Amino acid sequence: MTAKPKFAMYWAASCGGCEIAVLNTHEKILDLDANFDVVFWPVAMDAKYKDVEAMEDGSILLTLFNGGIRNDENEHMAKLLRQKSKILVAFGSCATEGCIPGLANLSDVREIISTAFNTITTDNPNGIYPMTSYDMPEGEIHIPTLLPVLKTLDQVVDVDYFMPGCPPESQQIAAVIDLVIQVVHGKAELPPKGTVIGAGNSTVCDECKRTRNVKVIKSFERIWNIAQDPALCLLEQGIPCNGPATRSGCNARCPTAGAQCIGCYGPAEGVVDYGARLISAFASVIDAKEPEEIDRILDGLVDPIGQFYRFSLAGSLLKAAVPAWKKEKA
Amino acid sequence: MSNEKFEPVIIGFTCNWCSYRAADMAGTARMKYAPNVRLIRLMCSGRLDPTFVMKAFANGADGVLITGCHPGDCHYVEQNYKALRRFLLLRRVLTQMGIEAGRLKLFWASAAEGAIFAAEINKFVEEVRALGPLTWPTEFQPIASIPIMQEVTA
Repeated sequence: MTAKPKFAMYWAASCGGCEIAVLNTHEKILDLDANFDVVFWPVAMDAKYKDVEAMEDGSILLTLFNGGIRNDENEHMAKLLRQKSKILVAFGSCATEGCIPGLANLSDVREIISTAFNTITTDNPNGIYPMTSYDMPEGEIHIPTLLPVLKTLDQVVDVDYFMPGCPPESQQIAAVIDLVIQVVHGKAELPPKGTVIGAGNSTVCDECKRTRNVKVIKSFERIWNIAQDPALCLLEQGIPCNGPATRSGCNARCPTAGAQCIGCYGPAEGVVDYGARLISAFASVIDAKEPEEIDRILDGLVDPIGQFYRFSLAGSLLKAAVPAWKKEKA
Repeated sequence: MSNEKFEPVIIGFTCNWCSYRAADMAGTARMKYAPNVRLIRLMCSGRLDPTFVMKAFANGADGVLITGCHPGDCHYVEQNYKALRRFLLLRRVLTQMGIEAGRLKLFWASAAEGAIFAAEINKFVEEVRALGPLTWPTEFQPIASIPIMQEVTA
């Protein structure tokens, strides 16, 4: 029996939604199992880090890595899996651009710990905080240390392909699995390194079925506050829809369902900074010339970072906010 | 360090038809202004992609200046209003990122306003100097060891 190529999937700082999206490919998962030897996938099978460490370099053909790099364990696994894998895919929004965990880059790491362990919703009367190392009678034990900011996978190691989405759509995952299987059988070629796979090259607007006219808006509306026209472009109705800057690939799911695009597929082809592109787009359609009136309209965007960088803060040009990296004033 | 005067690095965007001509006029009229501003000429302030501003801050600028034709004077009819709206929105985003609002400035200067241009630049350089260096990190390495986690045992 010829050995099947090896497959691994790992989660770093993520929610587990990417794994569920893989399982949502239904029977396609059987193709994966038929064509690959799954050697490491913590959510689906039992394997230890030392098993991976014992593998030969480059022996895993395909590794899907989801999650951002939040602590030194994530960083270690990213480096280890890079070393052991031929093809390393940054899988899902966290690994490609930071996603929701990346919004922690707005805060100092001390603030994050204190929110988790010592706020009114936490029952911690003695103010006990976790320690990264502790002396037990059996020896010293460790838990991972948080890094000052969350990094995307490609800010830590060399990445071969990027697969956006929070989570990536199951039909896109199935298509990518199909492609890799074809490649294994010599029936297809891999795209050039650095390619964004499992997504379109255009914007969500391009896939959106709503009618578009010239956009001129007098106010930004929150979605539950207005009776929306189900056939008209959401942005034209003042609903801050992130479609203009977001990569296609999801068949415009949210706008089709009546909700604004929030940008989980990340920046469209050629967009350097996702938020900057949206700032440009939103500011262009505001119908006002006086600073006071413009400001009044902009007040409708209650949380600009949440609007423009919900998924892409860690992967943006600025990467983090000042409180996350600025030294404390002595 | 404390004895040395901090010289801010400022990236200034000018439009081809008004503010760049104003800078030109300041030059030909031998008006002196602070040398901290690196001017970049765009065809119009409406060409200013917010990405340019983000990139300037990410790569070490302490302040960014946006200039254009006076309202109503835009060579491309009303693109300077677009620049104004982008500026106002961008400033909100940058403020939320922790960048002081004073590090991003917009003013209008016509081709005849060399003196105003020079004076505004001098003013902005002093404002940014007072704010101090931004020193945005290019690599987010740990600042020091993070002595955050300690146990207060019962």
